[in-house]
Amino acid sequence: MASIVLKDLVKDYGKVEVLHHVAGQFEDGEFIVIVGPSGCGKSTLLRMIAGLETVSGGEIYIGDKMVNKLEPADRDIAMVFQNYALYPHMSVRQNMAYGLKLRKLPKEEINKRVEEAAEILEIKDYLDRKPRQLSGGQRQRVAMGRAIVRDPQVFLFDEPLSNLDAKLRVQMRLEIRKLQRRLGVTSIYVTHDQVEAMTLGDRLMVLNGGYVEQFGTPIELYDRPASVFVAGFIGSPAMNFMKAKINSGKIKLPNGTILNSNTQLSADITLGIRPEHVVADAKGALELEVEMFEQLGANTLVHGKLKDSDEPFVASMPGHVSEEPGTLMKFSIAPEALHMFDAKTGKRLEP
Amino acid sequence: MLKRVHFNSSLLPYLLVAPQIIITLVFFIWPASQAVYQSFLIEDAFGLSTEFVWFENFEYLMGDEIYLDSFVRTLFFSAAVAFISMSFALILAGFADRVVRGATAYRTLLIWPYAVAPVLAGALWVFMFNPTLGIFPYFLGFFGYDWNHYLNGNQAMLLVILAAAWKQVAYNFLFYLAAMQAIPKSIIEAGAIDGARPIRRFWTLIFPLVSPTTFFLLVINAVYAFFDTFGIIHAVTQGGPANSTTILVYKVFNDGFVGLDLGGSAAQSVILMLLVIVMTFIQFRYVENKVEY
Repeated sequence: MASIVLKDLVKDYGKVEVLHHVAGQFEDGEFIVIVGPSGCGKSTLLRMIAGLETVSGGEIYIGDKMVNKLEPADRDIAMVFQNYALYPHMSVRQNMAYGLKLRKLPKEEINKRVEEAAEILEIKDYLDRKPRQLSGGQRQRVAMGRAIVRDPQVFLFDEPLSNLDAKLRVQMRLEIRKLQRRLGVTSIYVTHDQVEAMTLGDRLMVLNGGYVEQFGTPIELYDRPASVFVAGFIGSPAMNFMKAKINSGKIKLPNGTILNSNTQLSADITLGIRPEHVVADAKGALELEVEMFEQLGANTLVHGKLKDSDEPFVASMPGHVSEEPGTLMKFSIAPEALHMFDAKTGKRLEP
Repeated sequence: MLKRVHFNSSLLPYLLVAPQIIITLVFFIWPASQAVYQSFLIEDAFGLSTEFVWFENFEYLMGDEIYLDSFVRTLFFSAAVAFISMSFALILAGFADRVVRGATAYRTLLIWPYAVAPVLAGALWVFMFNPTLGIFPYFLGFFGYDWNHYLNGNQAMLLVILAAAWKQVAYNFLFYLAAMQAIPKSIIEAGAIDGARPIRRFWTLIFPLVSPTTFFLLVINAVYAFFDTFGIIHAVTQGGPANSTTILVYKVFNDGFVGLDLGGSAAQSVILMLLVIVMTFIQFRYVENKVEY
């Protein structure tokens, strides 16, 4: 078990810098999710921690040891790869025992650990099969098994669920979470899926273009996104954004609608409203021309445009709602559910 | 089952395969059948008459100690060439796979020997190892080692093995490199994280994963050493000294065109032909289907 500290971490390929001064402190036993769109540098960051990519600047500590120059083998980590990276010529048992054999553990100890891990992951019946005889989900479990038998200080996950079908993904997500709780090993998990990120992580690090946009608990990120990017990335369906002006706390939308806020700011802002935070209200200030409904069963997504404007807007209503397209629906919204961001920098404006 | 498209024209398909069939018939089947026919004949010393003797030539060969010696020598030669050239190629490919900067230049240089004609390759080695002019005997002289492959049969054998292996390294290297680059990078990375150092990774991961290529090359190299090394041997030792480098294919040439024993030579070439058929069969039957990891 160990904590991980990233100090001012930089990665460049020649002149192109892909990670810009990333810093963070991951506590012992914490489940950290690094999340961001493709190309944001999240996998690179993970591979730097694993020792598979060189560090261009800054320092990485695992426990109290600086590991910048250490080989992956000496960092006491285990990693689960996106394509599982099982050794195709070895049986499941040999796959799991490989790392232990290299550590020169006694045979009985190796057997014991492999059996235990297989028990936990319910792959006991497949121990003597080759990886190619297993299904995607089973391979995934073997990859996890190979990581846990090692009993490392840190688990690293590189989008481990992205090759599974939707149902299996949800199931494995829960299992990974339970397993991590049970073993209490510090884990870093990379994904581009914000639902995975929200459900798994104790804390999330949102990366965008090589910069850390925000680092905090899932609820912090949802309730108080630090930037337009985080606000749009976290939450499904995505937050509605519109340009607006705020004058002494009164928000004026492009179509003239006035909303009350709980601040006294005056600025040009980007206003963010989560679809699930609007409430149908005959006296509401927000007026929406309905274009389409998406019936999801438990709730209904109302797609439309704000009255007298081209601003698209999505509202999520509980239960079944059905109106003719073209109807005008009215919504109200609580002042504390309004997110205001600086129009230029995209940074959150605090009340 | 494959679905086939049927055309009504009955002539067109035959016309289309005709060039291939004609070439095969004229250049392969006909000479081969001539060799088989000749192997049943014995000519008199002056070439004036021939006699049809069925399997007498083969019977003679089976009892001929010189031939059996040559057979054993060929097996040794072939195994040595395959082993040396494949191990070198494997090591070089292992390094080339890790090279990042200048990789193309490195690989191109390693492929060059393959473009050298066998006789020229032989000539190069003859010059390097010439007992009076060559640079290697000169250096070996410093260590008190007397190199003269014109007199020492073992040295002559070593020299043709080295020359033949050197020439084949490039070919093996290409196949090994391609096989190594086909291994997913993440498997090697997983090995690194599991605690395996580069050499350990090479033996426990890369080497087993390129084993299909190893089996394939084993057959190819055996065939190469059996048949395509004639030029090298002819240029370097001409089978000597005292037959110590006369492998089967060289003996076919020597007995037939120097010794003018056409029937005996044809019988030897028929045996060689059977060997190739067996090896090709092994390759198709076992190597390409059965090797799996």
